[in-house]
Amino acid sequence: MQMLISTLIDGLNLGSVYALVALGYSMVYGIAKMLNFAHGDVIMVGIYSIFVCLNMNSLPVPVTMLICVAVCAVLGFTVEKLAYKPLRGSPSLSVLITAIGVSYLLQNLALLFFKSERRFLQNFLQLGSIQIGSFELPVISLVIWGTTLVIMIVLNLLIKYTSMGRAMLAVSEDKGAAQLMGVNVNRTISITFVIGSALAGVAAILYAAKYQNVDPYTGSVFGIKAFAAAVFGGIGSIPGAMIGGLSLGLIEALTIGFLPESLSAVSDGIAYALLVLMLILKPSGLLGKKKVEKV
Amino acid sequence: MKKTARFLSLMIATLMVVLSFAGCGAADNSNVFVLGISGPMTGTASTYGNAVVNGAQIAVDKINAAGGINGYKIKLIYQDDEATVDKAKTAYEKLMDNGMQVFIGCVTSDSSIACNDLIKADGILQITPSASAIEAAVNPNSFRVCFTDPLQGTKMAEYVYNTLGYRKAAACYNQDDSYSTGMYDAFKERFTELGGKIAVEAPFGKDTSDFNAQITKVASSGADFIYLPIYAEKAAQILITADSKGVKLPFVGGDGLDGIMNYLTGDLGKLAENLIFLTPFVSTDTDPKVQAFTNTFIEKYDMTPDQFAADAYDAVYLAKLAIEQAGITAPTAMDNAAVVAAMTQIELDGLTGKMTFDASGEPNKDAKVAKIINGEYVAQ
Repeated sequence: MQMLISTLIDGLNLGSVYALVALGYSMVYGIAKMLNFAHGDVIMVGIYSIFVCLNMNSLPVPVTMLICVAVCAVLGFTVEKLAYKPLRGSPSLSVLITAIGVSYLLQNLALLFFKSERRFLQNFLQLGSIQIGSFELPVISLVIWGTTLVIMIVLNLLIKYTSMGRAMLAVSEDKGAAQLMGVNVNRTISITFVIGSALAGVAAILYAAKYQNVDPYTGSVFGIKAFAAAVFGGIGSIPGAMIGGLSLGLIEALTIGFLPESLSAVSDGIAYALLVLMLILKPSGLLGKKKVEKV
Repeated sequence: MKKTARFLSLMIATLMVVLSFAGCGAADNSNVFVLGISGPMTGTASTYGNAVVNGAQIAVDKINAAGGINGYKIKLIYQDDEATVDKAKTAYEKLMDNGMQVFIGCVTSDSSIACNDLIKADGILQITPSASAIEAAVNPNSFRVCFTDPLQGTKMAEYVYNTLGYRKAAACYNQDDSYSTGMYDAFKERFTELGGKIAVEAPFGKDTSDFNAQITKVASSGADFIYLPIYAEKAAQILITADSKGVKLPFVGGDGLDGIMNYLTGDLGKLAENLIFLTPFVSTDTDPKVQAFTNTFIEKYDMTPDQFAADAYDAVYLAKLAIEQAGITAPTAMDNAAVVAAMTQIELDGLTGKMTFDASGEPNKDAKVAKIINGEYVAQ
């Protein structure tokens, strides 16, 4: 019983980080209609920025956090300006390939500056844990859950009730019509990227606090799973990203915890098998809207 | 225009062929014993190859200063194999072209296995300092200084059961890595044979980045200790996860944990406190031989020697003893069969322990166990 509860907590923790990353994928896809495969790598850069601030310059923790979010936002903005904006009218395949290219570029830059070995970060959020009954709940878990939830709610409000949010919705529905109605499409997409990348910064902080390590491939490994979570929940849907992330985290923890050892080699496989099953039964994902593609 | 280009390229190609042959002009080796090393000097595994060359060089210098082997000096030559299978064969052939008489290598397992047929056909004495896969020393003329992966598991099971007195093991191993599974399978077999119990297995894969579920599983199993037959990088992540979940069980592992302090810097260093692992060489060992070697190494290369350097140092001394035992009085009188046969008759009290060999090529030596106390490796 105790093990079950601990495993569920592990799963929720892992799932919350997936969810936060999936939010970034989903938001950008929902509005700009592109898969930003470099999203995970922006997180990786964010974690390295924390490493530089904390381990190499011992800056105060709040300053470090601000720098991390700023670095990610600026990086997202720059990438969008340099790599994606010139391709605004191009087929989506070109943009997808460019995104993969950006992902490799960021990984290789990290390799160049930080070498391939894994770096470990100091424990900068020493929050301890609280005793509930007979087991301990790490406070960091509560922080992760809370942050993810708050961000989801704020994003939802932002999109529904601000003019910028409505512009985003308009762009996501029909770029051309939005432009005719006086919406600045380019600026709206840029803003979406900055928000998505700032979210990557928050994810970087939580990842760094929880796992305390980073290597140049951290972003891509984690990013792929988060992307799967976004698709599972229905890409483009914000609550879907949340549910997809949490489900993937729970499935992963439960398979490691309770599957017999001989089957543990397939624990990742089970998560993906469920994803495939999901896509067969409901191709648009758990909360995705079914859309008729016009040809 | 096109013709000139073709002519020019032909010229260049011819020139290159001529030049490469010119480079092979063998030096006069009639009054030196030639020891050859092949290992990665560049690339991701370069630290291993360079450590082996440096360690071997110290042994060679020391032997030469003391009069060499039967009055003849040793010449050390080496080739970079970049730890790749195809480069390994070329590197080995180049060494043979340059008159190699005893082969100290390969440094890594896959390279060594790739050279197996060539080495068997040439019949020269092979002493690999560090290739730990079983298949890396199967030829009758092949010997190795380091433990094999399974032997490490067996030795650790005995140490944990007999010396530490633990009876219930939890194991976190990397199921995608033959180093890890090889060590773990042998550990499991010996530990249960002795009467111990594997309380829980919590394997992970090469892409695993979150170890919480594994630690949760381990923590609720009632194990006395956690066995980590893995490399330091993953081990550091596991130690951090265990600490964050308040799991205070002791950790033990194999030589892959050597170097964990390079990952756990600053405040994180305390997480590795009391970590116990099997290693052939501890640079802080109070043994005067080890101290002399460590000091020379630091003086010469400005870094602390690791097990690879120590293995290579011992390999050079083994070569010397074997040549002497076989009664080879001069480099020109080298007799490969006699030197190989002599390997089973010698005994070396080396940096990595007292060792003898049988025909299998595996070393008979005691395992050394290190414990991290106040951030330092302490020999147990």
